[in-house]
Amino acid sequence: MTLQDHSAISRVMRSDRGIKWFVGLLLAAAVLLPLGHLLFPPESSLHVSTYTLGLVGKYMTYALLAVSIDLIWGYCGILSLGHTAFFALGGYAMGMYLMRQIGTRGVYGDPLLPDFMVFLNWDSLPWYWHGFDMFWFAAVMVVLAPGLLALVFGWFAFQSRVVGVYFSIITQALTFALLLAFFRNEMGFGGNNGLTDFKELLGFDLQASSTRVGLYVTSALALLAGVLVCRWIVASRFGRIIAAIRDSESRTRFIGYRVEHYKLWLFCFSAMLAGIAGALYVPQVGIINPGEFAPINSIEAVVWVAVGGRGTLYGAVVGAILVNYAKSYFTMAWPEAWLYALGVLFVLVTLFLPKGVLGLLQRFKRAES
Amino acid sequence: MRQLLEGMSAKVSRLLMLLIMLFVGVATYQPLHASTDYEDVIEAEESLVDTALPADQTEEFSNALAQLASASFSKKEDLTSELVAKRFPGSRGVLVALLENQLYADKSSGKVLILSEQDGEKTYHDAISGELIADGGSDKKRITTNNSLRKKLRGDIAIFDLHSEDRNVRLGAVQQLRDVVDQSVATMLMKQQSIEKDDDVIEEIRVTLAIFDLGSEDSEARLAAVEALDGELGNDVFNQISALLHSEEDKEVIKAAQATIKRIEGKRDFYSLLETAFFGLSFGSVLVLAAIGLAITFGVMGVINMAHGELIMLGAYTTFVMQQLLPDHIGLSIILSIPAAFLVSGLVGIGIERGVVRFLYGRPLETLLATFGVSLILQQLVRTIFSPLNRSVQTPEMMSGLLRFNEVFAVTYNRLYILIFTFIVFAGLWLILNKTSLGLKVRAVSQNRQMARAMGVRTARVDALTFGLGSGVAGIAGVALSQLTNVGPNLGQAYIIDSFMVVVFGGVGNLWGTLVGGMTLGVATKFLEPHVGAVVAKIIMLVFIILFIQRRKQGLFPQKGRAASGA
Amino acid sequence: MSIRSRVARFAAACIAAGSITGMTAAHAADTIKVGVLHSLSGTMAISETTLKDTVLMMIEEQNKKGGLLGKKLEAVVVDPASNWPLFAEKARELLSVHDVDVVFGCWTSVSRKSVLPVFEELNGLLFYPVQYEGEESSRNVFYTGAAPNQQAIPAVDYLMNEVGVKRWVLAGTDYVYPRTTNKILEAYLKSKGVKDADIMINYTPFGHSDWQGIVSDIKKFGSAGKKTAVVSTINGDANVPFYKELGNQKISAEDIPVVAFSVGEEELSGIDTAPLVGHLAAWNYFQSVDVPVNSEFIESWKTFIKNPDRVTNDPMEATVIGFNLWAQAVEKTKTTDVDAVIDALPGLETPNMTGGTAKMLPNHHLTKPVLIGEIRDDGQVDVVWQTESEVPGDAWTDFLPESAVLEADWVDLKCGNYNTKTKKCSGQNY
Repeated sequence: MTLQDHSAISRVMRSDRGIKWFVGLLLAAAVLLPLGHLLFPPESSLHVSTYTLGLVGKYMTYALLAVSIDLIWGYCGILSLGHTAFFALGGYAMGMYLMRQIGTRGVYGDPLLPDFMVFLNWDSLPWYWHGFDMFWFAAVMVVLAPGLLALVFGWFAFQSRVVGVYFSIITQALTFALLLAFFRNEMGFGGNNGLTDFKELLGFDLQASSTRVGLYVTSALALLAGVLVCRWIVASRFGRIIAAIRDSESRTRFIGYRVEHYKLWLFCFSAMLAGIAGALYVPQVGIINPGEFAPINSIEAVVWVAVGGRGTLYGAVVGAILVNYAKSYFTMAWPEAWLYALGVLFVLVTLFLPKGVLGLLQRFKRAES
Repeated sequence: MRQLLEGMSAKVSRLLMLLIMLFVGVATYQPLHASTDYEDVIEAEESLVDTALPADQTEEFSNALAQLASASFSKKEDLTSELVAKRFPGSRGVLVALLENQLYADKSSGKVLILSEQDGEKTYHDAISGELIADGGSDKKRITTNNSLRKKLRGDIAIFDLHSEDRNVRLGAVQQLRDVVDQSVATMLMKQQSIEKDDDVIEEIRVTLAIFDLGSEDSEARLAAVEALDGELGNDVFNQISALLHSEEDKEVIKAAQATIKRIEGKRDFYSLLETAFFGLSFGSVLVLAAIGLAITFGVMGVINMAHGELIMLGAYTTFVMQQLLPDHIGLSIILSIPAAFLVSGLVGIGIERGVVRFLYGRPLETLLATFGVSLILQQLVRTIFSPLNRSVQTPEMMSGLLRFNEVFAVTYNRLYILIFTFIVFAGLWLILNKTSLGLKVRAVSQNRQMARAMGVRTARVDALTFGLGSGVAGIAGVALSQLTNVGPNLGQAYIIDSFMVVVFGGVGNLWGTLVGGMTLGVATKFLEPHVGAVVAKIIMLVFIILFIQRRKQGLFPQKGRAASGA
Repeated sequence: MSIRSRVARFAAACIAAGSITGMTAAHAADTIKVGVLHSLSGTMAISETTLKDTVLMMIEEQNKKGGLLGKKLEAVVVDPASNWPLFAEKARELLSVHDVDVVFGCWTSVSRKSVLPVFEELNGLLFYPVQYEGEESSRNVFYTGAAPNQQAIPAVDYLMNEVGVKRWVLAGTDYVYPRTTNKILEAYLKSKGVKDADIMINYTPFGHSDWQGIVSDIKKFGSAGKKTAVVSTINGDANVPFYKELGNQKISAEDIPVVAFSVGEEELSGIDTAPLVGHLAAWNYFQSVDVPVNSEFIESWKTFIKNPDRVTNDPMEATVIGFNLWAQAVEKTKTTDVDAVIDALPGLETPNMTGGTAKMLPNHHLTKPVLIGEIRDDGQVDVVWQTESEVPGDAWTDFLPESAVLEADWVDLKCGNYNTKTKKCSGQNY
């Protein structure tokens, strides 16, 4: 690599022009991959398979989750170890919509009840399943359900000034409690089998190539919008107060800011973002199951941010894509080594790359200039 | 009407049985020198064989045995009844061997063999002649049993054991016979009662006979039986008297029976409360044990050690390895595992501290991530070394079984030991932290690192030792957990969240908090469980902790003073 | 170099990388590819690694015999890491990137449900080797494990008729398989005249480890003077502490037998079996079954895995049967084409490992003998009862009203969920 390259990358990260490049790259990915999929025949070397498209689409939703974590961790110092709870809630809201769309095409042909309710002898649809046959309602719930949970949880936590590791640990408890609750069949969310066998979204066949492309493009655009909005927030006056809270919470409070309000709103926004990520994730992978609530998933998501470099937003995206690509690769090429690789990555990144991969690049640049 | 008929037929059959048994009993009854020790049985048989069995009996005996080899389970039950009824000298030995899966049949020679094992060496004896057959023949097959046959065998053997010289054996025999008591057994028991000298056995026979008398035709006898059972709590008593209430017509008997039932129920409620409390304490002790190492690394040092669960797991695997090394001394291996696990986990802990954690002091969230990485590596390491399958850790004899207080209240030994063990570990840790110079330094460093260093404390060394101590205790917890649950790569994951909850709930930096916190959570969970189910109970506890932390961030026992503000 | 051109290059590189992964399929026509989709890490690795090895053994043996259609078999092993969405991703990878001809894989219903849409979309072929709750029949899946009528119901019959059980505890982990199985059993027991008061149902979370209270409740429930048995659908890791607690509270199999549907030889090898002796297991295969074909199978497994202490179990047998049937179908149709193989499979027969014959039925389930065994102290299981002949697997149970009317038949009806009342085929994705 030449000196020029490093300066280019770091400029992308630091200067305002950086955002342009990021937008450009994402847009390019959003356009080129689907084009590659649709224009070139499968034999062509430029063809992008549905598998690749689905994979990158999935990474995009993970990246959005990572961005939502970076927003509160990198900019406000709140480490949530239960963020996949919001991701999963958004996913469940979308999943419930997709289940209702199945209609009479379920194996039992029941017009109202999803299959898993039929064979477990439910007589009627539980109240919280009503309304999910309408897309707008589901779409509202995708942000509302995680948002409300974050509001209630955050209100309690921030009011009583639960900070630092205590906050992290109770977010773990939160997601663990939700995991157990959703595993219960009595909850009416399909228990361990979760929601699956979706047919169509807004009338589009989920197995059709065009729907996949649509979902992929939506995910890329959502990620783009997410990063832009987050960037706008952190650059605003609100964002500066947030940073002040991160650097010294008590001082900010003494100056006269209602710290807990700022934190609460940021936390809620982040949760909603995670919810949207989850909603885009579900139709692409075709299943939502309580396993998504597992505490280990949340920790893994935090590691994506750490690997990329926190407090940069781009870092979160880079980290999420890098780690997940590595996971896809290792679980194919060298299955036994995956956990070793992940574990070593955790240790090395925290020990030697406190600012993540982007920080490393930055350091190179500084050393050479 | 139908009831009456059934009652009639039961009576008739009982009468018939009585006649048959009396006849058989008189014809073949001979007091047998019986003993539980299996080796003695063989000896006894050999001597009996020398005194020569009548030829026709030998033939009958060998006929029955020959059939045993290939019979169906229900036919086997008939055959064992024959062995009991005829009382061949070798009967008991055969029955015991059959019960203990030590009876073999050799197809080629048609012989039935009894296996005996001593120091891992297997020898076979002919069940009839007692002759030693070194390898037992090449074509031998174990004669199989099933549950109902085994249950019957225990009753059968008890009939022989009733006349044992050992009072414990006689006591066990009477208890065993209670389930199968009929007129013939009752007659035997009465006989034994008249010559019995041991008070406990007499009492046991008395209760058994009273239960039998509940079915008597004479209402006086039934009333007497109900009265005789006053003060008993056992399920069989309860069930029999409840059953009696359904069929009883005599008012006085009903009244007495109702009173007895009511009293038993009251006592039962009380004891089931006690039982739940014990379950809670025992569950709490497991939580405390799992969390107490964390109370040191997290509570005292402020290090979030996500690899804590894996340190517990290492302790459990150490127990497994110790058992592999000492396969014949399970009890000893468990005891030796305690220091071994402490060392293994402690050393790994020191390794983690020196290699990772020490670079991250003051950055608690990053220690969390790094130690989580370590936990993944340790898990996969165990999978690579020991395979992903669970490993089997045996429970020593002294730790299995029940400590019976009465018929309805008993606590299991292993839970009791673990409860006691928890208190010992707790006391030990408390002493180390409060009465030793290491403890003093640990507290000094945790309260004010700079000042401690200024006073000449080698903080780096203290850090390593403290972390090692906390990790070692986690290893000890692993030894205890190996007695309760799976020893596998996922063991640590199952306890890590609970451990953090306990420490945070109890109050960081306070051992007492961990103890009280763990016990409280344990007892509360166990009292909730019967009402809402295990899943919901767990969810309620998690939500409770989340809410509790909002009210009291510092937990049950907040740390006071300067150190508190650092958290 | 300008930033612009670097970006363009990067984008091009991304596309190229994506397409290369998509390309590998094209030039590999000289082998027949067999996909293996079993978790090698995470919580399910404990059960699934064995099945991966079983498939590898079968492939090795087949190759020794000269492969299939003159071609060698090649295994493509991926690791879905016990993560359900990853199962779907890996299934897609196997089918679209590696272009495998058949996949052996999955354990637990959720993993199968996760890959099901992928197999149907890409028209793949999956052999699922584990017992499950039924209520499913897909054209692209062959279920070589037991349906509830091949495991749960015969076990209950045995307890009711041979042991004389009058009171029932249905204990399970709180997820779909136990819930459905218990629903079916409850309906079945009631149809046999068992009263509500004589049925106790209990659910616990995954990995539940503190069984004191529940075992004590079972003990109390079982001491009402009627013969009581526990039907356990407790999952995986929760079993060890459960059995240990039973042993500690001195509940012997003679008093309250526990019949388990997910405890086999492999699980027993990780448990101190002393407290378990006499408890029951219901499966379609036990290692202890003494027939030549089984001894051969055990021998070749021990040689393959290079460990004389390894055991065989029921899902392994199901995997072997599935593999043999598939190989037979390929030989018969002279192609690995999925549609041809799917059509050829129903009706094929292959010896099972217990001396009988496994026949693939039109509903994509097998005929299987049901064996009830009592656990021995050495971790093996003695067969104490077995069905006289093989039981045909029923995808849709007859004991739940909604599924009693459904029928699966891929030969005549060409439908997995045919409603015999409305004469309609619902819920198909083709």
